[in-house]
Parts: sequence; structure tokens; C-alpha cells
Amino acid sequence: MKWVTAIIKPFTLDDVREALGEAGVQGMTVTEVKGFGRQRGHTELYRGAEYVVDFLPKLKIEIAVADDQVELAVEAIIRAARTGKVGDGKIFVSDLEQVIRIRTQEVDADAL
Amino acid sequence: MRFEIHASKGERGMGRHRQLSRLIAALAAAVFALPAFAQATPAPTLNAGDTAWMLVASAFVLMMTIPGVALFYGGMLRAKNLLSVMMQCLAITALVTVLWIVYGYSLAFSTEGMHAGVTNWHSFLGAFDRTMLAGLTPSTLYQTVPESVFVMFQLTFAIITPALIIGAYAERMKFSAMLWFSGLWLTFVYLPIAHMVWSGPGSLLGDLGVLDFAGGTVVHINAGVAGLVACLVIGKRRGYPHTHMPPHNLGYTVIGTALLWLGWFGFNAGSAVAANGNAGMAMLVTQIATAAAVIGWVAVEWIVHKRASVLGAASGAVAGLVAITPAAGTAGPGGALVIGFAAGSACFFTATKLKHKLGYDDTLDVFGVHAIAGIIGALLTGVFAAPKLGGFDSAVTSPLLQLWIQAKGVGFTIVWSGVLSWVMLKALDLTIGLRVGPEQEQVGLDIAEHEERAYNLS
Repeated sequence: MKWVTAIIKPFTLDDVREALGEAGVQGMTVTEVKGFGRQRGHTELYRGAEYVVDFLPKLKIEIAVADDQVELAVEAIIRAARTGKVGDGKIFVSDLEQVIRIRTQEVDADAL
Repeated sequence: MRFEIHASKGERGMGRHRQLSRLIAALAAAVFALPAFAQATPAPTLNAGDTAWMLVASAFVLMMTIPGVALFYGGMLRAKNLLSVMMQCLAITALVTVLWIVYGYSLAFSTEGMHAGVTNWHSFLGAFDRTMLAGLTPSTLYQTVPESVFVMFQLTFAIITPALIIGAYAERMKFSAMLWFSGLWLTFVYLPIAHMVWSGPGSLLGDLGVLDFAGGTVVHINAGVAGLVACLVIGKRRGYPHTHMPPHNLGYTVIGTALLWLGWFGFNAGSAVAANGNAGMAMLVTQIATAAAVIGWVAVEWIVHKRASVLGAASGAVAGLVAITPAAGTAGPGGALVIGFAAGSACFFTATKLKHKLGYDDTLDVFGVHAIAGIIGALLTGVFAAPKLGGFDSAVTSPLLQLWIQAKGVGFTIVWSGVLSWVMLKALDLTIGLRVGPEQEQVGLDIAEHEERAYNLS
């Protein structure tokens, strides 16, 4: 199993959710986050006082998928979140040791 | 009958009327000297139209402080200090109302002991004969309106003036110190200056011929200079200018600006103390100057910063409203255009460049906008009152001479407000202390001073 974390531009969320659904992903967790990578922040100017805003608002999507599903899920995110401009975000894939569904205590593939 | 000898607030800006009211004053004095002829003077009668307008205008000017200034200022602050400034506006409204009733109106508008052309103690400050509004009944008149309405109208001016100063010391002054300062400042700065300009024949600046229709000197220069002194005495906010302190809700600021703009029609057109042609012209030139100032500020900003900002447009509007205030009774439409444009473009530099260059922390530019636009307006009032420059004051034959008279009024107000504000702020700092502690400042005044917060988002 893999743990896929994607940082995306906020306005692409609906497309990403839809694409992941088509790729067979059953659920996800979305968090509003701030940060920066290559895309830097912007400056704001209030009566001559200049503020550099480093951190830009992004969304973090987290999903747990079976090994054979990873490629499909990653492709779905790229397809939906890519605008081609700097700041589209990143996808991090890592190993996932165990999954447990709290209600039934099913584990791993059954719990995904 | 004592009120018929007042120079009206509406007429004080009009040289022609000033002459007239002096004549009336002399006449009235003669009548008092010969009681047998007292019946011969026509008693002032109530005019329903004037009264209706002044009732509305008074409510409009109160709206400028709550919620106008409260929103205009509050939006520019950080979220943790929003309530503190709204509370300051509310508290000043309540405090000044009580002081106004007890002695404020009397010290500002009593004409006891005043004689045209005579400078005495009462040229500076009114007497105590109207303490607790002594003599006021439903039938007492001020010109053609009930005196109760005039008391109320002038009260709203006395409220907004100390409320404007809040912007300079915002985010760091103790609530208790703010109350003491506002009360003392009203007593020793506002009331004397209002008296010296507006109380009619025998008043110091009025007799000098200073034109101030609706309070460019009395309200805006006065408050603006006090603001500069206040921010210098209390010191910069912690972290200024290196910490980010962006406005937390410019939407509030725009709403506040709009309420100020609307309310200002009561302020300026109401200062005619009548529903007449003066009031109509005051309303029109107010609109013209404000529009010109928005364009002035934003145009310069667009050139210098390559961007037209919302805060710039709002700030420009206020600069224009301030600048036309003293001129609203005498300037014509052309003069209003020049006054507004000059104030808007000049205040862009004083609020965005000068402050950062000199390094003082006038939080919301009370000096950079109110004092500077007030000074520009007060000076240009003299120029554009002249009929040959489109003005309506036939007594102003030489714009240069009137400019000089205006400059004397401006200089006097700067010194009076500056020196006395400094003395009372220093005294308060040494006794009860002006500032909250560093920890309270960090937490924000809403929690530290009032144990409430504006936004409970969960």
C-alpha cells in the first residue's frame, strides 16, 4: 500500500476529486495549507508599507491506495491539477505499513 | 433672547454675513441698553424646514463616528485590535456627550462677556453660564432652529474630533489612558478652539477673519496635530516597521469610508444651520472635492506604485472630505475641484512616503491625511473664497490677504493643539501610563483590555 500526498492549487480540487474517483480511489482527506516552493509569494502594499507574502494558500490531499492503484491515482492527480505554470504543486508517494478501519477493525486491503 | 446675537455657524464662513451679524450684534446691544425698544426687534422664529434638515444632519454626523470612523479605522488594524478601536469610538461618544452637557457646550458656545473686536478672556473660552445647558427649553432657538438641535449638532462634532485621534495611537494605548486623554483633550483643546473660531463676534480667530465653515481647523488640523504628538509620545508599536501589520479587513474600511462620505453631507451642508442655498452648495462642493481627491490620490499612486489600490481610493476620499470642510461655505465648484485634487495627491505622499521616511508610527495616518488635508483645505479656503476665483464670499477681495489670515489660523491651531496635547500626554504617561505592556500588545487589545475577541471562527 502507498500513502499519496499531493499539494495542489486550490481551484483544481473539484477536478482532482473527480479524476481520483474515476481512478477508483474511495476516499481522501483535504487540508488547507500554506507554503512555497519554486513559485514564490507576492508583495502587498498598504499606504506605502510593503509586505512580502512568502506563503501561498494551497490544498493538501492525502489518499491511501493499493500498490497496483498508485500509478493510476498519480496520473489522475497530474491530469487534473496540471496547468503548466509554476506553482502547480507536488505529489509525494511513500510506503504505508498498515491501515485499520475503526468500525470493523478490518485491516489493510479490506480497509482501503 | 440672547441667542439672536450669535454669529451663526452657517454665516461665519461668509464675510458678507459676518458684517451683517456684527451689525445685528451692535443693534442687539443697543436694544438691550434701551429696554423700551426691545419689542421692536423681530424675534427669531422657528423654521420647520431648517429644523427638519438639522435634525437629520445631526444624526448623519453621529453616524460618521459610530460606525463610520469605527469601521474605517477598524478595518485597517490587525484583527486582534478591531474591538478596541470600536470600543474607543463608542466610549468617546458616551464620554463626550456627558461632558458636553455638563460644561462643553457652555465653554464652546457661550457668548457671555464677548464683544466684537474686543480680545479678552472670553475670546478664548466661553463662560460657565450654560453649564448643564442652563436656560435650554423646547422653545429656545438658535437662529431658526430649536437650540436643542444646535446643541445636538455641535455635540456630534465634539465627538468625532477626539475619535479621529484614535487612529494615531491605535493598537497600543490603554483604555483608561484613552478615556483620560479624550476627556482632557476635549476640555483644553477642542472646546477653546471651537470657541475661538465659531462663537461669533469677539472670538479670537473669528474676529481675525479666519474662514472655517465646517471645521477644517477646529476638527481636522486640531485632531491631526494631536495625533502626530500622540504617536510620538506613546512610541511605535512593537515590531514596527519590520513586522507585518497589514489591514485585516479592507472591506470594513471601504464601508467606513462610504459612511463617512455620506455623513459628511450632514457635517458640511448641516453647517449652514439652514435648509437653504448655502447648504445645497456645501453639499455639491463636498461631492466634487471628494471625487477629485479620489482621482488625485489614485492617479499619483498609479504612476508611483503602478497600481490603483482600494485603500488608496478610500484614503483619497477622506483627504478630499477633510480638505473641502473649511471651504464648503465659500468655494465654488471649480475651487472644490482644485482643493480636492491637491489634497488627494499631496496626502498620497505624506501618508505613504513621508511617514516611512521620518519613521514615526502614526498607525492610521491621522497626521498624514487629516492634518495635511486640513491644512491644504484651510489655506486654499482663503484663495477660493474670492468671487474672482469662483467663490461666494464677497468680503474676500484679495485671495492672498485671506490666505495669510488662514495661515495665521492654521499656525495658531497647530501650536495650541500640539503643545497642549504634548503636555497632557506626558502628564498621563508619568501618572497612569499610556501604554499597555508588551505582552498585552502582543495578545492584542481586544483580549488584553476587554477580554473579548472580534472573530470567534470555529
